Amino acid sequence: MEFFLNRYRNLSVLLVAILAQLALLAYQIRSAQDVRLIRVWAVSAVTPLARMIEGGRSGLSTFFHDYFFLLGVRQENRRMKTDLERVEMENQYLREQLSSADRASALAIFQRTSQSKTLAARVIGNTTDSSGKAVIIDRGAADGVQKGMAVIKPEGIVGKVINVFPHAANVLLITDPAFAAGVISQKNHAPGTLKGQGQGTVIVDHVQNEESVEQNEWFLTSGDDLIFPRGLMVGQVTVVRPGKNGKEIYLAPSGLQSSLENVLVVLNGIHGTITETPVPNQSVHLLAPPPEAESAATAPAPATAPATAATDLDRAIDRYRAIGAAQNHKYGDKSTPAPNYNAPIEGTPPPAPNTPSHP
Amino acid sequence: MNDASRKSGLSKYSWVVVIAIPLTAILFQVYVPRFLPFLAYLELPLLVTVYFALAKRSPIAGVLYGTSVGLAQDSLSHHPLGMYGIVKTLVGYFAAFVSQRFDVRNHSIRAILSFFFYFFHEFFYWVLARALLGEPVDFAPARVLVLAVLNAAVAPPLFLILDKLKAPE
Repeated sequence: MEFFLNRYRNLSVLLVAILAQLALLAYQIRSAQDVRLIRVWAVSAVTPLARMIEGGRSGLSTFFHDYFFLLGVRQENRRMKTDLERVEMENQYLREQLSSADRASALAIFQRTSQSKTLAARVIGNTTDSSGKAVIIDRGAADGVQKGMAVIKPEGIVGKVINVFPHAANVLLITDPAFAAGVISQKNHAPGTLKGQGQGTVIVDHVQNEESVEQNEWFLTSGDDLIFPRGLMVGQVTVVRPGKNGKEIYLAPSGLQSSLENVLVVLNGIHGTITETPVPNQSVHLLAPPPEAESAATAPAPATAPATAATDLDRAIDRYRAIGAAQNHKYGDKSTPAPNYNAPIEGTPPPAPNTPSHP
Repeated sequence: MNDASRKSGLSKYSWVVVIAIPLTAILFQVYVPRFLPFLAYLELPLLVTVYFALAKRSPIAGVLYGTSVGLAQDSLSHHPLGMYGIVKTLVGYFAAFVSQRFDVRNHSIRAILSFFFYFFHEFFYWVLARALLGEPVDFAPARVLVLAVLNAAVAPPLFLILDKLKAPE
């Protein structure tokens, strides 16, 4: 034995190192537990540095942005002498400011209006995985973050918390191959399972070929996974085709379309409803409510026509009902002749051909 | 290469360099791709492991170095500890083993070895992820080959910089 160890010392050390790590791996996989202490040390050691780097980066970025922007303004002002042009410049400046603040304000507005209790967090780093599908956020157990909590943005879901440390947490992004969540299509309510692909897109699995899913249709969280509250945006269908074991559906994840800087951790999720109304676009702008007196004075008179006709079919049904009422016809009574559908109805013009479906 | 010349090629580094360089490489991987996403292809911890294993020319040192760097990288990943550890242990061992047979100060050989070890690293990591964790990850050979070429292109200048950090004889 001693001879063997001396002769094959290098190989022995290699084998011992590999076997020890295999045992460590086996322990973690078998007990479904992490070697927490090492991770806590590692993440706690890098978190202050991460905060510092992130703070320095954003400070520098703001400084240079402002500096070059001001240089640009000075040059522009030299060229543009008239008042009108100066006003345009001011306008442009305000637009820039609004644009740069847009993401943060959208997050704040979403946080205020969302029913779920959320906590704003900042992404301070990536994990070291080569696929890079997990990030580190600057909120941890001290802020009430727990493993398994959903992480979202106003634009859509981002991922879920997989490791929690005192002042940081790891978030597995929805594009990671190990990620899964319950989703449902917005229009036809086809249920499925969202899975990451390791790339920029995600797929929806377990959707039967018989289900109807359309291109550009939105998928929302179904709430079945007990992680994401029902009704959050997930992404829009980019590709849908019948497959061997069900539909092949690819989504563009809406939460990861823009840069991942600020996110919300859902501390206490409240399920929403899934409506068929179109999902609003990415940017969120809320106007201030109009003054009471002014709005009352300038409010348009209520329409005389019922406001329930949302589709062509609704409008056709309303029209036929009106014709029947005008001619005293009772629908379902076969003893009376059918009403004259071409007769004009008093007070309403006949429908124009090829009326657009969405007024 | 005879024994005398091999021993003369042995490099010494201060312990600060030996600890600080891999830590910097790991931190680079954590933060820099957030601001410059195109740099995410750089596997600096691997290149640093290869460099020190080649420089030390001792398989045992290579194993210990690879294990340490791999476990440190694991601790900041979302996978169980040991995945990168095992892969980098093997890389460290084989890099040190190779260094005993080739003149690893040659830039071309350094680039070729970096290319080979990157491919080996990614392939073996994929095998472990599939076999031990059962993760449904795909292995795209063409993509890995391109990334291996890019890492191999970065390796010689990086190794040159690291050569400057050698302790004076």
